Amino acid sequence: MTEIIVVTSGKGGVGKTTTSASLACGIARRGKRVAVIDFDIGLRNLDLIMGCERRVVYDFVNVIQGDCTLKQALIKDKRIDTLYVLAASQTRDKDALTQEGVRRVLDELTADGFDYIICDSPAGIEKGAHLAMYFADRAVVVVNPEVSSVRDSDRILGLLASKTLRAEQGNGGVKEHLLLTRYSPKRVASGEMMSVDDVKEILGLDVIGVVPESQDVLTASNAGTPVILNEQSDAAQAYEDAVARLLGESKPLRFIEEPKKGFFARMFGG
Amino acid sequence: MGLLALFRRTPSSASVAKERLRIIVAQERSARGGGPDYLPLLRRELLEVIRKYVNVDPEAIQVSLEREDGHEVLELSVALPERKTG
Repeated sequence: MTEIIVVTSGKGGVGKTTTSASLACGIARRGKRVAVIDFDIGLRNLDLIMGCERRVVYDFVNVIQGDCTLKQALIKDKRIDTLYVLAASQTRDKDALTQEGVRRVLDELTADGFDYIICDSPAGIEKGAHLAMYFADRAVVVVNPEVSSVRDSDRILGLLASKTLRAEQGNGGVKEHLLLTRYSPKRVASGEMMSVDDVKEILGLDVIGVVPESQDVLTASNAGTPVILNEQSDAAQAYEDAVARLLGESKPLRFIEEPKKGFFARMFGG
Repeated sequence: MGLLALFRRTPSSASVAKERLRIIVAQERSARGGGPDYLPLLRRELLEVIRKYVNVDPEAIQVSLEREDGHEVLELSVALPERKTG
């Protein structure tokens, strides 16, 4: 059975593409066949984060418009052989993406035996974001512990509950999860940043992962290597935990507390 | 957090953020849950139809959707202008 997962957020710049790339790699590394699709028509970026930007010949819109077959457009990852990328088009015509076209592509991937399809949503609540979530079985809502991101996530949760196929059919709706990124345990401890529990309480959702603020994320995107592949990194381990939870394992949250400091450090700051 | 922070009584910025969000999110959720998207449009179109016959004030039409024990009631209330006598 194929499971369609949308990675969405409402607000831009919170880490949707980073998350899509890492989850896709992490799931595929466990032997599942995974396709990750960039829905950000006009602003293609997933290819860069995945490091396959020079191998894009055909894109999502080309497939929908019948300029090529789906097989021709799928880019096989060079590191993990069960992982494929479908790049977004650079066209400025936002109407190039249609519900019928998206359905055809997802149906073909399903018929082809893919286990997971990850839909990397664009920011905002326009057509691209709507189509990225429409056919989803599950949603990973990426949120930063910051006011505008949390509020936008709540908007997105409202859309997931009303403007998706599962919501329309009334069969339980889309299963939603929160994934916090850019989390700084130190700032949470000093009362400058909302905690995991704060965000969880406001949005009323399960947390599937907490990715700490990490310099490795930028390094990874510089190199075109999804951060999850940098085993030493805290961010990679946090994403790996999120993958495990997505696949049904239960794991305690890590990287949400600052390492304990000694008595003097606590009393006199530092 | 240093020694001074122990004596500080002002709420942390994170708890201010949480409180603000709690209020705005609740408000926006109730606005979303308050009725389907078509209510404003329905209200506008009804107003146009009614105005063909009676010159009512745009504010005189109230359209609301209420939930009562498992069924929904669409309530429409129109205040007609007072009829001039004489």
